[in-house]
Amino acid sequence: MALDRWIALAFIALCCIYGYAAFFTMDDQLPPILQRNPVWPSTFPKILTVLGLFIGLVVLFTSNPPTDGAPAKDGAIDLSRLGDYHVGQAVALLVLMVAYALTLRPLGFVGSTVAFLVLGAIILGERRFHILIPVTVIAAGSIWYLVQEVLGIFLRPWPFMFM
Amino acid sequence: MLEGILIGLSAAVTPFNLIMVVMGCVIGTLIGMLPGLGPMSIIAIMIPVAIGIGDPTAALILLSGVYYGAIFGGSTSSILLNAPGVAGTVATSFDGYPMARKGQAGKALTIAAIASFAGGTIGAILLMIFAPALSSVALLFHSAEYFALMVVGLSAIAAFAGTGQVAKALMMTLLGLMLGTVGEGALSNTPRFTFGMMELQSGFSFITLAMAMFALPEALFLVMNPARAANGSSDGSGKITNMRITKEEARTIAPVIGRQSLQGFFIGVLPGAGATIASFLGYAVERNIAKGAEQEEFGKGSIKGLAAPETANNAACTGSFVPLLTLGIPGSGTTAILLGALLALNVTPGPRLMTDTPEVFWAVIISMYLGNLVLLILNLPLIPYIAKILTIPRTFLIPFILFFTLMGSYLGQNNSTELLILVGFGVVATILRFADFPLAPLLIGFILGTMLENNFARAMQLYRGFDFILERPMTLGLLVLALILVVLPSYRGYRARKRAEGVADGD
Repeated sequence: MALDRWIALAFIALCCIYGYAAFFTMDDQLPPILQRNPVWPSTFPKILTVLGLFIGLVVLFTSNPPTDGAPAKDGAIDLSRLGDYHVGQAVALLVLMVAYALTLRPLGFVGSTVAFLVLGAIILGERRFHILIPVTVIAAGSIWYLVQEVLGIFLRPWPFMFM
Repeated sequence: MLEGILIGLSAAVTPFNLIMVVMGCVIGTLIGMLPGLGPMSIIAIMIPVAIGIGDPTAALILLSGVYYGAIFGGSTSSILLNAPGVAGTVATSFDGYPMARKGQAGKALTIAAIASFAGGTIGAILLMIFAPALSSVALLFHSAEYFALMVVGLSAIAAFAGTGQVAKALMMTLLGLMLGTVGEGALSNTPRFTFGMMELQSGFSFITLAMAMFALPEALFLVMNPARAANGSSDGSGKITNMRITKEEARTIAPVIGRQSLQGFFIGVLPGAGATIASFLGYAVERNIAKGAEQEEFGKGSIKGLAAPETANNAACTGSFVPLLTLGIPGSGTTAILLGALLALNVTPGPRLMTDTPEVFWAVIISMYLGNLVLLILNLPLIPYIAKILTIPRTFLIPFILFFTLMGSYLGQNNSTELLILVGFGVVATILRFADFPLAPLLIGFILGTMLENNFARAMQLYRGFDFILERPMTLGLLVLALILVVLPSYRGYRARKRAEGVADGD
């Protein structure tokens, strides 16, 4: 089964969950006074559920026109040759992003940002540390300054034990 | 109108706003040149900065400068590297790159700059004429018509998505609408679809969603497929000389620029069509009406073939501001992001924008002229130096792009859960991109969702039910139009498929 059909199936499943929440759980909490309204908080979601199920089924059951004849777009990703691409690097970067999200508060902005940028570059194959480390430190420092001092948004720069 | 222009001039020509125009154009050009980063990603990255400024006029000036700059920068990398940074400049590379190969890179960049300038400026004049007229009509609309108009906008975006894509685009629109219902609704303060999670109480942040839909998948694609960024970068270091164009050449491209400014602008006004469609259509039209030898030249370095898409895409960028500023309905992914930024700054685009905050409306239009002028005088002499940015190694570039997406969504909410949501949506968006699902409809659906529901609810309450559809002929007409927009391409696709199957079976 092609990927777009799997996505359509996942979308239908999502519509079912969404629709269940809209049709069966939301109206119970509605105060009686609001029940006299012609439009409830659940009205719009209910309409969306019905439309979503319909469109999901359309995508699931209409076969896509074959695109063999069309030339591959420049730089596009061909799913059947997924192994040829640097999927590992992409996944590693995603993991790094999650790690960044989790360490931003405890480690502080400067530390976690430098670590993120350096590790990200290492994942992509950069080995010139004498350029990499100064660049990331300067970038992290200046962005912290911009955000904290110019835009006035608080960002804790150092690990939590220091401030 | 003269009064408006003066208001706009006085608001736009403050030193701070002039700095914003210049900054926006420079940043847009620099980032737009990087292959793989389109205007949507760049504007998404710039939104926290724009919101941080606080003044809606300055913020919108900055963002529209970035928008123009990105389109302009995209044409530079199209011409020099044959690596369009933006979908709207793909057609530019058809003739721009052959010109660069022939040693006429400087001339090609000059033509691109002049064509962009002319397209943008003529577009801004047309915007000035059409926007006030359209918004005075729009003032007659009631919530029922707004609801119907938004439905038309959403279905037009799906209908223009391309053959075989209409159902997919509709599915994405609905997904966007569903995501928009998460959190406390405006109708009543009951939390919806939060599944008991405090973090979802205020709904998904639109910046996070914009980053996850555009910037993150682009960066991941660049990681997975280095060829996407690196085709032919070896000749990027080539010297750029001879930027002059002759009088003869100027006379050749002048009518092209005139035609394409008009055509591009009106394509840009249509919801769903945008700079990309305008540039391809502009190229095709000019090739078809060119005669004999000139037509042969297309694709091999024709100056007409370069001027046409460049004019059309800039005029279309301006055109796409018409529905945003007059109806409050974005026609493209980029203007949808701009709409989100405006709402965050407490400005509601729509027909009342011109009367309530005329300085915002006119300042934006004036800053379009200024932006185009800045692009022309700033970038022409700087092009050889700006092109150096293309030599930044991707091992440095990609971590920084990822970092800016993370920062963008973190700063909006100051909450690191937002970053996890960003990564989650980013993965989903990448999978959707794999299967060729268009993502702009999702974001437009998400942003319009709340407005759509509010107008729907207001109409329902006024007419005590669904009667407003039948009692207001304009609403009914618009809804029928929306239905036709969706059904017609699907039906034609179905017919074409049936016919193709028939041929294959031999009957």
